[in-house]
Amino acid sequence: MTEAMSSIESPNRSGGPPRGRATRVRRQRVRAAWLFLSPMLIGLALVAGWPLLRTLWFSFTDAELNDLAAARWIGFENYLLYEDGIWYGVLADPDWWNAVGNTLYFTAVSVSLEVVLGVIVALVLNAKFRGRTLVRAAMLIPWAIPTVVSAQMWAWMLNDQFGILNHALMVLGVLDAPLAWTADANLSMWAVIMVDVWKTTPFVALLVLAALQMLPSDCYEAAEVDGIHPVRVFFRVTLPLITPALLVAVIFRVLDGLRIFDLVYVLTSNSASTMTMSVYARQQLVEFQDVGYGSAASTLLFLVISLIAVIYLYLGRRQLGVSR
Amino acid sequence: MSANVASRSRPRRDALAPLKRALCRLGFWCLVLVLGIYAVFPFYYAIITSLKPSSALFDVSFWIQSFDLSNYRSLFAQPTFVRSIFNSVLVAVCVVFLALLLALTAAYALGRVRFRGRGAVLVIVLGVSMFPQIAVLSGLFEVIRWLGLYNTPWALVLSYTIFTLPFTVWVLTTFMRQLPHELEEAAIMDGATPWVTLTRVFLPLMWPAMATTGLLAFIAAWNEFLFALTFTLTDSQRTVPVAIALISGGSQYELPWGPIMAASVVVTVPLVVLVVIFQRRIVSGLTAGAVKG
Repeated sequence: MTEAMSSIESPNRSGGPPRGRATRVRRQRVRAAWLFLSPMLIGLALVAGWPLLRTLWFSFTDAELNDLAAARWIGFENYLLYEDGIWYGVLADPDWWNAVGNTLYFTAVSVSLEVVLGVIVALVLNAKFRGRTLVRAAMLIPWAIPTVVSAQMWAWMLNDQFGILNHALMVLGVLDAPLAWTADANLSMWAVIMVDVWKTTPFVALLVLAALQMLPSDCYEAAEVDGIHPVRVFFRVTLPLITPALLVAVIFRVLDGLRIFDLVYVLTSNSASTMTMSVYARQQLVEFQDVGYGSAASTLLFLVISLIAVIYLYLGRRQLGVSR
Repeated sequence: MSANVASRSRPRRDALAPLKRALCRLGFWCLVLVLGIYAVFPFYYAIITSLKPSSALFDVSFWIQSFDLSNYRSLFAQPTFVRSIFNSVLVAVCVVFLALLLALTAAYALGRVRFRGRGAVLVIVLGVSMFPQIAVLSGLFEVIRWLGLYNTPWALVLSYTIFTLPFTVWVLTTFMRQLPHELEEAAIMDGATPWVTLTRVFLPLMWPAMATTGLLAFIAAWNEFLFALTFTLTDSQRTVPVAIALISGGSQYELPWGPIMAASVVVTVPLVVLVVIFQRRIVSGLTAGAVKG
């Protein structure tokens, strides 16, 4: 730093800087930029880049959690292996495909519900009424509550014997007998979806709300003067204008949904009817100690997510300012 | 909404307009009420459950009927739970400082200096923020064991940078870009080095953005579960989310719901207070991170 400082002559205040000095300042700035970036880049390489490469490597080995150093290269055996008329490997494991199906189902249903509900919440919060700040703060609470805690809170509300949801539904006459929400294989996925929708709708709503507040008011004034029905205005004016923000929210939520772990793990533990790709991979990695096999599953999940991320980056490149 | 309806009505329907407007307003307030209850009820229910004595735990009730602190007393009598709160605070605070420190310098470089490879760095940062945590789990496990950090809070401080750092870099970069050029030009004319420019000129202006991102990083670190579950082993090293998840470790049918709910309230109250106080900041930070990303 001090060396760089001494290389600058006394500043020329009266006129513009001479050309030679300008390029030197520029070069010095670029050098400083890389110096400033290096701690972050080293940090990311340590916690993201290198571990990712190691995971990829482990997926081609027979590594075990107790002794990672003893891992031996076994090629694609963790992914797929044909031996004595039977297929082995992650890609031949019905449990894996069950987890893939669960994850896709969960993501599709919960993200759709969150988008619809999120838009409704955002429209409500966009209207001017007394106590709006209070309602907005209330909406943020589910978002701020730790996932583990919300899973436990809902587990208690969904409890089959003493849960308030069963109680309320029976008092209202909807149910005759209490339901085992988290234990019943047909219901547990819906329990997970219910909690996830509750927890993440505020996030979608806030993104949509931010977009709503940036909308030009003249469209609405014109529509009002022409006496167009508000519902029609929503579908013809508002929805097309907030679509970009909505797409961003959808991408974020889809990526989060595909990698979901904590909610499923706490609410229904390792039950097969809700097992997602992350839960499957962690079970192999940590509980069965089979790092090679688990890494193969993680790598597959990573491939799915990066495919979606690449599509998103491609579509949103203009927003990034990379081209500038 | 109600204003739209009113202005649309033709003169001959004037008699019906007030009624229609009143109905609209009533429907709107019902919607607000339903949404408000939907958002807050689970937390409210956890609070009333945690205040019940264990004898009344299984009587369903919608209102506060007792004010019994025995669940909280038994919770704080456990040294491991107190210890896990301490671990959570330690990890979250360290993660915030580390992420802000690294992100601030990076944001200066990315936001104020034009250089080749800037776009690539931004894409890498954004790409890392989309990483599924499970994809780095085995590799990170090895790194942490190699550094001798396994089963310590420092393992979590290190690993949490994977999701806090990209986000903080991104938001601080967008914020840094919006600051006027004149500030920096004056500093350059005076011969200030980039480091002096950053610390003396930009840092004082960055506090609002740093508070916002720091808050979001704190919440993210406080809530994290997968790494905390995997990289710690003993009760004394755990963070609160793991402690709460593992209270249910016993049999499925005899969960101590009273203490679980008390612990949930204890963990959530600081966050709810932060959210209510800083809601404007949080909203702006969230939307800056997402809309502009």
